[in-house]
Amino acid sequence: MDVLNALVAFANFVLVPATAYGAQLALGALGVTLIYGILRFSNFAHGDTMAFGAMVTILVTWSIPLVFAWLQFNFPTLLFPIADWVLSPFGVAGGPLPTALLALPVGILVTALLLLGTDRVIYGFYRQQRAKPVVLVIVSMGVMFMMNGLVRFVIGPDDQRFADGARFIVSAREFKAMTGLREGLAFKTSQGITIVTAVIVVAALFWFLNRTRTGKSMRAYSDNEDLALLSGINPERVVAITWIIVAALATVAGVLYGLDKSFKPFTYFQLLLPIFASAIVGGLGSPVGAIVGGFVIAFSEVTVTYAWKKVLGYLMPEALEPSGLVQLLSTDYKFAVSFVILVIVLLFRPTGIFAGKTG
Amino acid sequence: MSVSLKNTLLFALVFGLILATGIFQSWNVALGIFNMGLISAIMALGVNMQWGYAGLFNIGVMGFVALGGLAAVLVGMPPVGEAWAAGGLRVILGLVLGALTIVAAILAWARLPHGRMRALAVLAILVVGFLTYRWVFDPGVVAVEKVNPAGTGYLGGLGLPVLVAWPVGGLLAAGAAWLIGKTALGLRSDYLAIATLGIAEIIISVLKNEDWLSRGVKNVVGVPRPVPYEIDLQKSEGFVARMQAWGFDPVTASSIAVKLAYAGFFVVVLLALIWLAEMALKSPWGRMMRAIRDNEVAAEAMGKDVTARHLQIFVLGSAVCGLAGAMMTTLDGQLTPGTYQPLRFTFLVWVMVIVGGSGNNLGAVLGGFLIWFLWVQVEPLGRWLMDVITLGLPDGSWLKGHLLESAAHMRLLTMGLILVLVLRFSPRGLIPER
Repeated sequence: MDVLNALVAFANFVLVPATAYGAQLALGALGVTLIYGILRFSNFAHGDTMAFGAMVTILVTWSIPLVFAWLQFNFPTLLFPIADWVLSPFGVAGGPLPTALLALPVGILVTALLLLGTDRVIYGFYRQQRAKPVVLVIVSMGVMFMMNGLVRFVIGPDDQRFADGARFIVSAREFKAMTGLREGLAFKTSQGITIVTAVIVVAALFWFLNRTRTGKSMRAYSDNEDLALLSGINPERVVAITWIIVAALATVAGVLYGLDKSFKPFTYFQLLLPIFASAIVGGLGSPVGAIVGGFVIAFSEVTVTYAWKKVLGYLMPEALEPSGLVQLLSTDYKFAVSFVILVIVLLFRPTGIFAGKTG
Repeated sequence: MSVSLKNTLLFALVFGLILATGIFQSWNVALGIFNMGLISAIMALGVNMQWGYAGLFNIGVMGFVALGGLAAVLVGMPPVGEAWAAGGLRVILGLVLGALTIVAAILAWARLPHGRMRALAVLAILVVGFLTYRWVFDPGVVAVEKVNPAGTGYLGGLGLPVLVAWPVGGLLAAGAAWLIGKTALGLRSDYLAIATLGIAEIIISVLKNEDWLSRGVKNVVGVPRPVPYEIDLQKSEGFVARMQAWGFDPVTASSIAVKLAYAGFFVVVLLALIWLAEMALKSPWGRMMRAIRDNEVAAEAMGKDVTARHLQIFVLGSAVCGLAGAMMTTLDGQLTPGTYQPLRFTFLVWVMVIVGGSGNNLGAVLGGFLIWFLWVQVEPLGRWLMDVITLGLPDGSWLKGHLLESAAHMRLLTMGLILVLVLRFSPRGLIPER
């Protein structure tokens, strides 16, 4: 029984949160790694792109009830029942799913437009000039400033909560009643949605990259630009598609993180470090690496900063029970964990786990 | 137009802007901008050494600046005797043990024969070392933080004159930079960038959470100053009489006098640094640095030790940032770890260097003054702009309130815009490298 309790406590405090966080990091790192593979620079504006996508989604989420009321008022006969049926599984109409999922496509669309616009106005020039990658990195710093300012300008620097619908798939109390164990296992809706969405998005991305003609041309372009150009691949098209995919990944990652924790522009900026750490640990430019890296970083962050007292208390004989919290590092130092893993990987395997690009 | 005339005009323009602030707004604000401009210029000099001379991409400026600030506390504040008696030795011993563990692990890794035994030995050293370190260190910290937590709760400093802290701040930053450089230099430039970004965040979290060291988010206030306090000047009869004789209000005059005194110190440091940096750039060493930056392979073929030179300049540039950090904490009179934000202390300095002209020391200084001036003045400008835009909207409308409230965030947008515009239309900056 004690072993089971220990397992449940472990799953509740480490396994589930770290899996959800890892999925969020993996989605963010995929965006960074795609830009690195195709456009060949480290995009420092990625954290703020996530914030922008999440912000648009939040604004749309907030306006859905208004649209709903407007439909009810103006089209009570045909359109309103359809809208009612579409909305019914979502929080706004009392369903279990967060309304933000419904707003997500709009968020992706607006973010994609923003990124394509940024590319047209800002990055495109440097591509034509064949500028060194580091110039593009500095340009992305400027874009980061502007996006950061834009997000704060529109929605303000404060916390925004936009998660609605059911809070738990299984709450700790239900779990205890169900199993009769002393420990509860809470499974939040946001965590479930994060994992499911991440799996769908990643599967779609890999299908696209490996099976479709456009995806193959993207990989060819990433592997060898000159050869790809010689075989007639249109670089501008590849770049545009990359930005659209990156917009989708960033928005999904941003919204999932916001649903799971809460939305605050500055937190997204701070996510830059673990996201880059994930991408580099996995090997910059390698999509599989980005996913593995995301989970490596998330699991190490959570295990190192978790207080193991409870789990060990179940496993050890009473005499040996730990007196302290058995916490290796306080949660305030979670950045240190991503950093140390990054340094260790770079020292022993400088191209990352899945040997990414070297140039 | 000759180069020197253009440069003189640019500097005249920036100082003219600051003077105009003095005439139209207040001399207090103008001098405040000038003082922080001096410090910003020093930070920009440090980043310019790394980026402009050597092409190193350091985005951890904030961490080095904060370390300088910590130096001001550790040197300038009086020691807290009671805390030292309670647990000071334990804390120090714990830190020494922690450092010894890491050194022992590195030595074991380097000296032992390859194989599984080596990995196990290193792991064992790390685990045992970590447990001993926590066992010695934690009770000490608890004891120190218990001593009058509202007033002190930390070990205090050495109680030396605060001017000593400035070079010490440089040394602290240099030490941290050496550690990072040793591990991350020689890898790709993006990796150095991420490594510095990470170390800066770690330094800030240490300052925020290690209360025994820096009082954490409770802040250290009343860091001693190298100049008199305003209130003492206002009490001094000689000062009041002289200011009244000159027709100034003694209260305003006292704060201006203090700011001028700070400016005096800062100008001396800045001029000395510019002179040193220029001499270094002109020397064979500076030529070698630029040769390495422009073509690492060729420089290496000529027998230059690229990684060692990179480490050298990385440490030097970071030391300059640390010095600036110590000066800033001295100017503020307090260390507030919560206020260190990467956008303000890392990326803004980068904007200064790029806009001013990377590779040119005068350019970095100009960028420091200009961008700091804009950083301060864009906010009232944005507010004014929003006032004009919202003129037609009815009072109390939601949109008007939101726009006015958001005016404060205009400065980030403006800085990004300036950076992007300069990179597009004048990529070498206002004063390009010669």
